[in-house]
Parts: sequence; structure tokens; C-alpha cells
Amino acid sequence: MTTGDADVLIIGGGMAAAWAAIAAAEAGARVMVVDKGAMGSSGGTACGGPGHWWVAPDPGLRRDAIARQTAKAEGLGDPAWMERILDLTWRHLPTIAPWYPFGSDGAGGRYVQGVRGPEYMRALRGFAVARGVTIRDHHPATELIADRDGRVIGARGIGLRDEQPWEVRAGAVVLATGGAAFRSGLIGSHACTGDGHLMAVEAGARLSGMEFSISYSLSPAWASTRTLPYTGARFYDAAGNELDIAPPRTGHRHYQSLGAAMLAGPVMADLVDAPRDLPGVLRRIQPLTVAAFERRGIDLFRDRFPVLLFGESTIRGTGGIDVRDDQCGTGVPGLYAAGDAATRELVAGASSGGGAVNSAWALSSGRIAGAAAAAEAARNGVNRDAATALGRAGLHPGDAVEAIDTGALIARAGHAIHDYDRAFWRSEANLAASADVLDADWRLIAGHGHATGRAAVELRSTAAVVATARWTVAAARERRESRGIHWRDDAREIDPVLATRLITDGLDQVRVRPLTPLRTKVAA
Amino acid sequence: MIAHLIAERCTNCGDCVAACPALVFDPGTLHPVIARVDACETCYHCELACTQDALFVAPETDSAAALPVAELIAAGLVGKIRRDSGWNDPADGGQLDDYRLLGPLLGAGVEIATLRYAARHA
Repeated sequence: MTTGDADVLIIGGGMAAAWAAIAAAEAGARVMVVDKGAMGSSGGTACGGPGHWWVAPDPGLRRDAIARQTAKAEGLGDPAWMERILDLTWRHLPTIAPWYPFGSDGAGGRYVQGVRGPEYMRALRGFAVARGVTIRDHHPATELIADRDGRVIGARGIGLRDEQPWEVRAGAVVLATGGAAFRSGLIGSHACTGDGHLMAVEAGARLSGMEFSISYSLSPAWASTRTLPYTGARFYDAAGNELDIAPPRTGHRHYQSLGAAMLAGPVMADLVDAPRDLPGVLRRIQPLTVAAFERRGIDLFRDRFPVLLFGESTIRGTGGIDVRDDQCGTGVPGLYAAGDAATRELVAGASSGGGAVNSAWALSSGRIAGAAAAAEAARNGVNRDAATALGRAGLHPGDAVEAIDTGALIARAGHAIHDYDRAFWRSEANLAASADVLDADWRLIAGHGHATGRAAVELRSTAAVVATARWTVAAARERRESRGIHWRDDAREIDPVLATRLITDGLDQVRVRPLTPLRTKVAA
Repeated sequence: MIAHLIAERCTNCGDCVAACPALVFDPGTLHPVIARVDACETCYHCELACTQDALFVAPETDSAAALPVAELIAAGLVGKIRRDSGWNDPADGGQLDDYRLLGPLLGAGVEIATLRYAARHA
């Protein structure tokens, strides 16, 4: 086993991980990043183009923006957190300038709030390296380790190249492993299997808001791309009849009408109605999107092409590891959470965190968690005593080892979460059916799963997919109402009694409970 | 999926091996080897990393089928993403000067769909 140590260990390699690493290093910590992929190309941001929630520090503008966002959060947001991430984003995003070629704002200044993903992640990697951060790419963490009191003191994992186990001791650990996308095919999400969620719950942390996970993006059927060209699309069935699809602004109805059409048969789209200025600039804005068409010989502004909805789950949804204090602590000593791995209900509530709030959160929570982890590491130092490995499912089976068909388990979890009929028409009946399938798969992998080398990483990722799917389904069952992006076909209205967050944890037995006691209904 | 590694262009710098988030490539003696094509996510980051334009990613996420290299080169498609992105241009090359239009164009598309739906249901 190769070993190492650092003051702060960051698990993950996307934008939250990078900002956490930079902030921890600026606070004086020796920082190590261990990433399942490669920082720069890992995660949703590296294939996207994040806009950041961006409001000038004018008290009136900030107040209005926070009021609008609080309304959108449907009772679950926290204005103080919103104010904080607006401030941190405004102050820190411009600091990437030495590594990022900000373009023009068209008025003589720089355009800062929106950044192209590959260039942004390249910049953040350069920034982190310049701050002295050690980056170990292709080094997925598979489990946390703790001292006898349950304080997290590092992690173990497997190097993908040498297939050798490693252990890193650290004064504090930040989980920045991204949201869970259940291998939906969403570009950039392949490694986003909920690894951090599973490690957190094993360590004694809890999740919040996992039901706020119905989020999809439209793309050509052969590859998930970014969504810019498609917002004005017309849709057709296989016979060429135009479909009457509720427009994007209708939110869940848009998904339902597209989903219903796709369940009935192939759906084609064309972009003949696209904004007139789009064809001339799309290549300069999103060259990767253009390539997906150009390389198939399709003129995306003239031809009709098949489309699908790709699940974004808690990448664009808001659920994740519960944030228990103002330092992004998880409630477990030594363990912090940032970015899409953490709940974003504090700033997005029940709504989608897409459209800039999630990016502002990733930057801000990364910086907060990184700085807090550096401070805790300075207090505690690195513990080199005997450690307890906290991982279970897929690593340390409770029963006889059996071969596990990871592809089949991931496919079943994907069906439970992303199939259009289940996701767009959630109900007690279909959620209960999903839970039965997922519980059986959990028992299988937790009881019998074991592997070595790269196969162990995939097995552990599979355990995380199944676990995260179970928590998602359990939370969705418990929220018997429709609020924000969580929509129940058997409870289509908001229920004022449920204006609280739902907390989920548990491994063999999943538990869901309200954060605050439910207000009883007042008799009419 | 990654379709071609053009050996005669490759300098074996290893940048694609390092850049791939899914570790699709293994290092090789003369050039890297596409060792795990099924892991390829079609993210194009290897093409961005390749200053020699020695890689070509096919557009489908579940197929590595592509035209022969000579035809792709003749069509100007090899290395096009890197050039379109301005990936190796100077930082003040202005390659992101249109990026500010993304949000307004997204919004314009949403508005077009809204008006079209309203007209249909008027």
C-alpha cells in the first residue's frame, strides 16, 4: 500500500474540489487532491459551461435577488446562505484571471460570470498547482478512515493505473465528489456515482433533500451535449407529425410531455425556429456541441434529429450530504462537504439549483469547506495511530463473496431513478416497486461484493449508485406532496405541513425524517 | 467514443493519458494505447489536450465507428475542436468574446417556444 499525508485531503476533482483545494492552500495547509478522474476533465463542469449567480454588491440588488431566489426555493432556502454565496462568488471568481481568458462583456469590460467548462477547469487546476496543491489524478477514494472516536483522519483508495491500494492521512477531509447521476449518460457524469454520499453516511453523516432530483437535459439521442441550441426546438413523432410539447418554461409539464412522447416512440427535433443569431456564434460558444452533429454529417439548424432526455438527478437537482454548520461541516469531526456532493437546499431549496446557483454554491462551499478544513487540520494535526476503515458495501462483505454483475445493478438503479414513467409521475406505487428492487440489490452487494484493482473501484461505485438510489427513492416516498422539482402524481399540490427539509440516512435500514417537527394541520 | 489514434502524428507526450477522466489510454512505447474504449465518455478532452491533432473521437457515446483517418483529415475534422475552442491560442486571443451571448440566446429559445405554444393554444 502506498501512503501519504496532508493537512487537508480533498476527495474529488471538479470545481468544488478545486476551489476547496485553493482555499485550504491559501489558509496555509498542505493540500492533496485525490480524484477518480483527472482534475481538469472530471465532472459536470469540465464538459459544461457554468454560469454563476452573479449580483453586484449593491444592497438593493442583492436584496431583490435573494428575495426572488427565496421565493423560488419554496420554503426551504436560507437567505443568509444566499447572501454569503453571492459575496464569495463575486469576490473570488475574478481571481482565476491569470489562468482563464475572460472574454469581453461587449461594453468594454470583462465577462466574468459565465465560463466555458474545459477552460475553467484547466484554469482551476493551474490555480491550485500555483498554490502548491498536490494532485493525484486517477486515484479514486473508496473509503474513509477514522480514529477510535469516529473522527475522520484520512481515506483509502486504489490507484487506477497501478491498481494498488493507497492510504492518505489528513487533519481534515473534504468530500467534493459531485452529485449522483446514476450513469444516465449525461456528459461528464460517468464518475458521479454518489461515492461521497456513501462514504459520508458510513462515517455517520446524513443526507438532505434527495427527493429534489428530477432534472433532465435534452440532447441528441446519440450523445449528451450542452443544452443551448435546443430551447426553441420543435418536436415530431416518428411519422413526422408535430408534437404539442409544453414549452420549457412550464417546468415539470415540459418534462412530462416530452417523456410521454418518448415513451410512445422516438421523438425527433429540429431547430428551424432557433434564435436567428445562434447559428453564427454557436461554434464559438459551445464547440463540443457542434462537433456532436458535424461528425455525424448532420446540419443541426436544418435537419431533424432524434432526441432524448438525459438524467441530471442531483447534479442539477439539490439534494446531497447535509451541511450541519456554517463551515460546511457534516456533523462528523474532520469531515466537510462541498459542491454537488452537498445539499444545495440552503441556496436553492426545492427548486433546481441549475442556472447559476449551483455553480455559485460549488465555488463558495468549496472555499468555505477548504478554509474550515485547513483550520481544523491546524488544530488537530495528522493522526498516524491505528485507524478504522469505515467502508462496507462492495469492500468488506458481511457474507460469502459472490460475483456481482455491476452493469445489471447500475442499470436497475438507473431505471428506478431515470425512467420517464417513474420520474415524471412519481407515486407511492412506483416508488415502492423501485425500493423493493434496490433493497434486494443492496443486500446482494453489501452482503457479497468484493473485488480488487479497477474492478474494486467499479464495484464500490456500484454500491454507491445503489445506495444513493435507495436514499433518493426513500426521500421521494416520504415527501407526499409536489414541491419544487419533486412532483408526485398522487399528491399534486404543495402541502404546507411539509415545509421542512427531509433528512435521510441509514445503510441496511434507510431512515427518512423531517428536519423539524411537522406542524399539525389546523382544523378548518 | 475514441476512434483513432494517428500513430504517425503522435509524439508520445502522454498528455491524452493524463487528461482522460476515465483512463481510457495506457502508456505505450511508441504511442499511447486505447486500452479501455468502453470507458470512453465522448468528452473530447483528449482531443483538446493533443497539440499534434493525433486523436479523433467519434460522436456517438456507444460506438467508435468513424470514417478512415485520411477522409477525416481531408474534411478538416481532425483537431477541429481544439481549433474551434482556441484551446492553445494566447490567453488574450478573444476566443471567449461571444460567451456572454449564451445566456441571452438560451432565454431567446425559451421565449420562442413559449410564444409558439401560446399561439397554438390561442
